Amino acid sequence: MTVPPLARYLLRRVVLAAGVLWAAFTVSFVVLYLLPGDPVATMASGGLDGEPVSPAQLAELRARYGLDEPFAVQYLHRLGAALTGDFGASIQNGQDVGVAVAQTLPPTLEIAVLGLGFAIVFGGALALLATYTRARWLRQSLLALPSLAVSLPVFWVGLMLVQIVAFGWRLLPSGGVAGPASAILPAVTLGLTTGALVAQVLAKSLSQALDQPYTTTARAKGADPVAVHLRHALPNAAVPALTVLGYVTGNLLAGTVVVETVFTRPGLGRLTVTAVGAQDIPLVQGIVVFAALVFVVVNLVVDLVHPLLDPRIATGVYA
Amino acid sequence: MTELLVREIATGTGAPPVPVPHPGGRWRRLGRFLLHRPGLVVAVLVVLTVLVAAFAPHVLAPGDPSAGLPAQKLRPPAPGHWFGTDYLGRDIWTRVVHGAALSLQATVVAVAVALVAGGLVGLLAGFVRGWVDEALMRIVDVLMAIPAILLSLALITALGYGTLNVAIAVGVASVANFARVMRSETLRIRQSVYVEAARAVGTRWYVTLRRHVLPNAAGPIAVLAVLEFGLAILAISSLSFLGFGAPPPAPEWGSLIAEGRNYLATSWWLCAMPGLTIAATVLSVNRISRALDGEWAAAR
Repeated sequence: MTVPPLARYLLRRVVLAAGVLWAAFTVSFVVLYLLPGDPVATMASGGLDGEPVSPAQLAELRARYGLDEPFAVQYLHRLGAALTGDFGASIQNGQDVGVAVAQTLPPTLEIAVLGLGFAIVFGGALALLATYTRARWLRQSLLALPSLAVSLPVFWVGLMLVQIVAFGWRLLPSGGVAGPASAILPAVTLGLTTGALVAQVLAKSLSQALDQPYTTTARAKGADPVAVHLRHALPNAAVPALTVLGYVTGNLLAGTVVVETVFTRPGLGRLTVTAVGAQDIPLVQGIVVFAALVFVVVNLVVDLVHPLLDPRIATGVYA
Repeated sequence: MTELLVREIATGTGAPPVPVPHPGGRWRRLGRFLLHRPGLVVAVLVVLTVLVAAFAPHVLAPGDPSAGLPAQKLRPPAPGHWFGTDYLGRDIWTRVVHGAALSLQATVVAVAVALVAGGLVGLLAGFVRGWVDEALMRIVDVLMAIPAILLSLALITALGYGTLNVAIAVGVASVANFARVMRSETLRIRQSVYVEAARAVGTRWYVTLRRHVLPNAAGPIAVLAVLEFGLAILAISSLSFLGFGAPPPAPEWGSLIAEGRNYLATSWWLCAMPGLTIAATVLSVNRISRALDGEWAAAR
């Protein structure tokens, strides 16, 4: 029996994705549970707020969290539980880790999706304009913008936007979650770096596509320059940009750690900062695995879209 | 985002052009090279200033970074205090200059951790090949699936606060980039004719490693190290902005911005000036990295 190339391509991707998730769980387990430092002692001092902890209490806590077992047993227990979606309970308030992540997700998702949209529009427009214009100075200065944008500290960009747009011009709120207007500044801050990367990659692949014989042919047949740019060059140039987008979406999510602190918004990013501050090991692990899950899912979607954009992938030319 | 930059370096190092002896020698060539790149000259000057600030802060700012005059608090930038003063009347320029050592130390530690660990992993994978290579590279792939800042935060959760821990955490998060570049360089060099010739005359593997592989891989790794230096400055300042770095009175660049945040509405310079310093440093480092990566060789 022969498996169709597209199905084999997809199956391969799904298996790889599952492997990455398992490995992310393992890496975070190694980092959080095996490194020197007694999780129980930190749990006890953080969770019981200053109360003196006796060795008996410590031992009892260890037993309760299963930390008195050998690491291999602990690892298998936690992995088994994680497979059913159970990442344990937060040591700050005993809340289930999955629930805690799910509860804080909506406001984070709001700025992440808006930020991604901003990144695509900003990066795409920048790349299209830079490759379309004939003016050398404009092209040079547009192409210099992305490397400028990735050199700026994200939290500082956010603070300056607050300073200028919110405090100076009084256009938008400086923080919190009061209506859609409050999401604009965080989204722009979040999407700036991603947009710069999209612009860099897209501009490069666009100028390569515009050198290809098929664009020359299209021009020779008298096609409008804008049409050549958008209809002939862009679909071919979009593949590398899409791949990059898949890679950086995880960073977009991670960027909320800084952005939500700058704009004092509740969300997954703030949850992460408080979890690290309280050494809430189960919660931190849950968040790390969740980020890997997002990375894996986004890249799966990107892999699914690839064959639509480039049929050579589906027919196995690249296999 | 290093992913991108790294790939570009890896493909950028093709066959190096054969050196052509130039009339006038190295120095004149360097002069001409710099003359055509005023941006690069500025970048080098900025980095030199930061280095002076780190090693001899009193040359640039003779005052005491933690002594303030409350009567002069929250003064905007002016000739006397050209970065302004903070809420305790401390001169921000002095604090930024004295913070350079702290920020730079952390950055150097981070890059060193990433360089040594990543370099060893990449060297091992590329030199031994086989299942060792497979296993190591799968681990590297996973490290790339976890966003760098989250990996750093997980390490900080385990290690605790402090500048050194932040530096180690940032370094570990960029091990993967060094491992990938080092591996591809090792693979490239292993297939070269001179390594084949060395093996043919019976050179031992460790001699090959020392005499051929390491010197030839040094260039791209150095370019990556400079690039990572810029990224590490950004990562460390972010983490210390979040409050995981040095405790408050220390004038680390990220914490300076965090301190200034409370006065954002009235005194913009508290945040703006340290932030501009970070941005200028990172931009300069990136510019130098770009010059090292091929521009110098291409300009012959």
